[in-house]
Amino acid sequence: MSTEMQKPPFKSGVLRWIDERLPVLTWAYNELVVYPAPRNLNYWWNFGSLAGIMLVVQIMTGVILVMFYTPHADLAFDSVEGYIMRDVNWGWLLRYIHANGASMFFALVYIHIFRGLYYGSYKKPRELLWILGVVILLLMMATAFMGYVLPWGNMSYWAATVITNLFSAIPLVGEPLVTWLWGGFTVDNPTLQRFFSLHYLLPFVIFAMVFLHLLALHQFGSNNPLGIDLSKKDKIPFHPYYTVKDVFGFCVFLLVYGYFVFYAPTAFISPTNFIPADPLQTPTHIVPEWYFLPFYAILRAITFDFLWIVPAKLGGVIAMFASIFVLFFLPWLDTSKVRSARFRPIYKWFFWLLVIDVLVLGWAGANPPEGWYLVAAQLGTLYYFLHFLVILPMLGKIERPLPLPTSLSDPVLRGTRSQPAS
Amino acid sequence: MRRMLIVSLAAFALAGTPGDTRAAEGARPLDRDWPQEGIFGTFDRAALQRGFQVFKEVCAACHAAKYLRFRDLAGIGLDQQTIKAIASEYTVLDGPDDSGEMFERPAKPFDVFPSPFPNPQAARAANGGALPVDLSLIVKAREGGDDYIYSLLVGYSDPPEGEEGLEGAYYNRYFPGGWIAMPPPLSDDIIEYADGTPATVEQMAADVTQFLAWLAEPELEERKQLGLKFMLFVLVMTGIFYAYKRRVWSRLH
Amino acid sequence: MADSSVRHDEPAGGRRRDFLELVAWSTFGVGTLAAIWPLIDSLNPSAAVLAVASTEVDLEPIEVGQRITVMWRGKPVFVSRRTEEEIQMAQSVPLEELRDPEPDEARVQNPEWLIVIGICTHLGCVPLGNRAGEPRGQWAGWFCPCHGSHYDTAGRIRKGPAPRNLDLPPYRFVSDTQVLIG
Repeated sequence: MSTEMQKPPFKSGVLRWIDERLPVLTWAYNELVVYPAPRNLNYWWNFGSLAGIMLVVQIMTGVILVMFYTPHADLAFDSVEGYIMRDVNWGWLLRYIHANGASMFFALVYIHIFRGLYYGSYKKPRELLWILGVVILLLMMATAFMGYVLPWGNMSYWAATVITNLFSAIPLVGEPLVTWLWGGFTVDNPTLQRFFSLHYLLPFVIFAMVFLHLLALHQFGSNNPLGIDLSKKDKIPFHPYYTVKDVFGFCVFLLVYGYFVFYAPTAFISPTNFIPADPLQTPTHIVPEWYFLPFYAILRAITFDFLWIVPAKLGGVIAMFASIFVLFFLPWLDTSKVRSARFRPIYKWFFWLLVIDVLVLGWAGANPPEGWYLVAAQLGTLYYFLHFLVILPMLGKIERPLPLPTSLSDPVLRGTRSQPAS
Repeated sequence: MRRMLIVSLAAFALAGTPGDTRAAEGARPLDRDWPQEGIFGTFDRAALQRGFQVFKEVCAACHAAKYLRFRDLAGIGLDQQTIKAIASEYTVLDGPDDSGEMFERPAKPFDVFPSPFPNPQAARAANGGALPVDLSLIVKAREGGDDYIYSLLVGYSDPPEGEEGLEGAYYNRYFPGGWIAMPPPLSDDIIEYADGTPATVEQMAADVTQFLAWLAEPELEERKQLGLKFMLFVLVMTGIFYAYKRRVWSRLH
Repeated sequence: MADSSVRHDEPAGGRRRDFLELVAWSTFGVGTLAAIWPLIDSLNPSAAVLAVASTEVDLEPIEVGQRITVMWRGKPVFVSRRTEEEIQMAQSVPLEELRDPEPDEARVQNPEWLIVIGICTHLGCVPLGNRAGEPRGQWAGWFCPCHGSHYDTAGRIRKGPAPRNLDLPPYRFVSDTQVLIG
């Protein structure tokens, strides 16, 4: 499909004139209207477009909030809690949409990622599509972290302190690097101001990456629940089939999102963050936002020096970053030729084990690193890396996949739950 | 509690914090039913106005509320004349005037409710080294919210047998650690309510808690009302798109 | 499925489908527009701005013949306690002599007090004449130094490029000695 572009049926000569010179309409028509999508996509495929919508929501509310926010250590908290929340028309709404939007965005993206893991969407020829996705995840994490610092509440302040201090674990350059990150000798106004600048910049970088993500997606088309390459007759135009399905999914999502914005707006915000930043008062439990909890657990799981050369602190930092970077190599770590877990009887179990593992890590991350929580975090971390570095490479060699269908109408599918209507 | 629930959902299961920290966290707050709770919850204006009286006559002797402007009091049901009259009871520093001097003038509705101390250092000095916190966001800034604030206000008692006291602190079972620098602020009939309600400690604690809940979330009523409209609209839209989606997809048969 | 009837009866089914399509996308459009409204309305003056949108002026210390400047919504407002002579001058001018004909009664609520926005209607300079010693122009009112517009004691344009009389702010007398502008 990438070779031949279909012309949209123009009703207006003006549009045709423009499109002949600047084929944006042809491009949009091909990507969003006639784009041939597998007809058997299930609701797990809604989450990509939902995440895309959330990015737009975050950028739109963010651009408005910036007009009222003051990026200065002395004024930031007042500008959020004293001005935006109380005086700006709809300020409370925009702020709660934005703050809860971050949580929603991550929830959607995590589901989107696990869907990719289950159906093998990262496998040849979609490796770059997956890698771009991991880049987007990394950028999202950086953006969310810096955004969380901006209200300059006490949890903002200490989260910034703890996370930036991670870099001090790096041998030799650690300390000067942290000073450089801070622009001072503690987290202070210079830190806040650079975080503000980057928090505004990165979403647009994410936007560009999402564009590339879509470009890569449309090169070979969407994967599907069967994980097989589909012929033209098993595909349907994106519009109206998937536009309608996406809007329906969006409505359902809005009910969840709306519940939080209107009825539990501070559910994801620590009470500590309604206390202004105080460099002299560390909160008793420093807990990151829920979407960082599994990684936080991995960070704190390494309580021992590793092979006498890597101190525990550095080990934790390495493990945490490695837990994300390992995803870059996933397309090659998974040696199975079969994409969908539906035809991989053993992988299916390991997939769910990984889901449980990440949830356990999140639970451990929410609790202090001691006793059973620490044990859980350590076992969870061990299994996490085992899954990607040992189980996946071996599984492809020893697992016997079920027979694959050749098309959606293949008799192999008869009697399975996933049978498409025909 | 609700926040904890969410975190636990995200983190798979809720587990209490370990025993050693639990002891330092204070007793579980009393669970009261507040009129502002729930999807249809609204503030009780009469309680807010009584609560403001408690705040003004008791709390504000030591505590500031820097996000309370006199004009905001329209939100507890006061009219402009009353707000003006209340504001004019206070003086604020303004200036400089044409000769470069700062001067004092009666407060106007757009002024912030004056802080009892000019700066945190003065506040500490006058309170035995402890800083009376700003009350603007106190209900949002404490685990347990309104229940905790109420419990704290009624939670003063003699320490349990054998409990070692702390110099200049008062025993309060709801306060983390059990000893709080704030003396018991309320006692029966410490104020006389304008509407004649008997000023018991429980009554004043409940009223001022509601006032502080309003002060922390003045948008609460507007938010819940808009939320209802939003939810109804989206529900209808969900139904329409469900039907439309089914119809469109039925063409594939 | 119930859909089989649709295939038997294509025109009716088609019309129903079109109706549903119209309803669905209209709802979507209305919802989107409604969702954008808070973004747009947030740019309107905030409660903090509106709270200082009116200015109360204490008239007591102003003596006869004195003019003061107060700020209202970021603009200078001239409050002039006119002398008998100034009132006389303002009231006795024949309307046909004026570029922007307005009787003096239309420009004051109380002849003793003239309250005008101190911005020249030509290009927005602040005219001179409100402070003691400043030139008041040929008609003893105000004189704009930018392009030489002369205003009289009712703030009406008499000579120079300005097209209109000085604008009047909305105001009302709260009491004999208090006026609320805005």
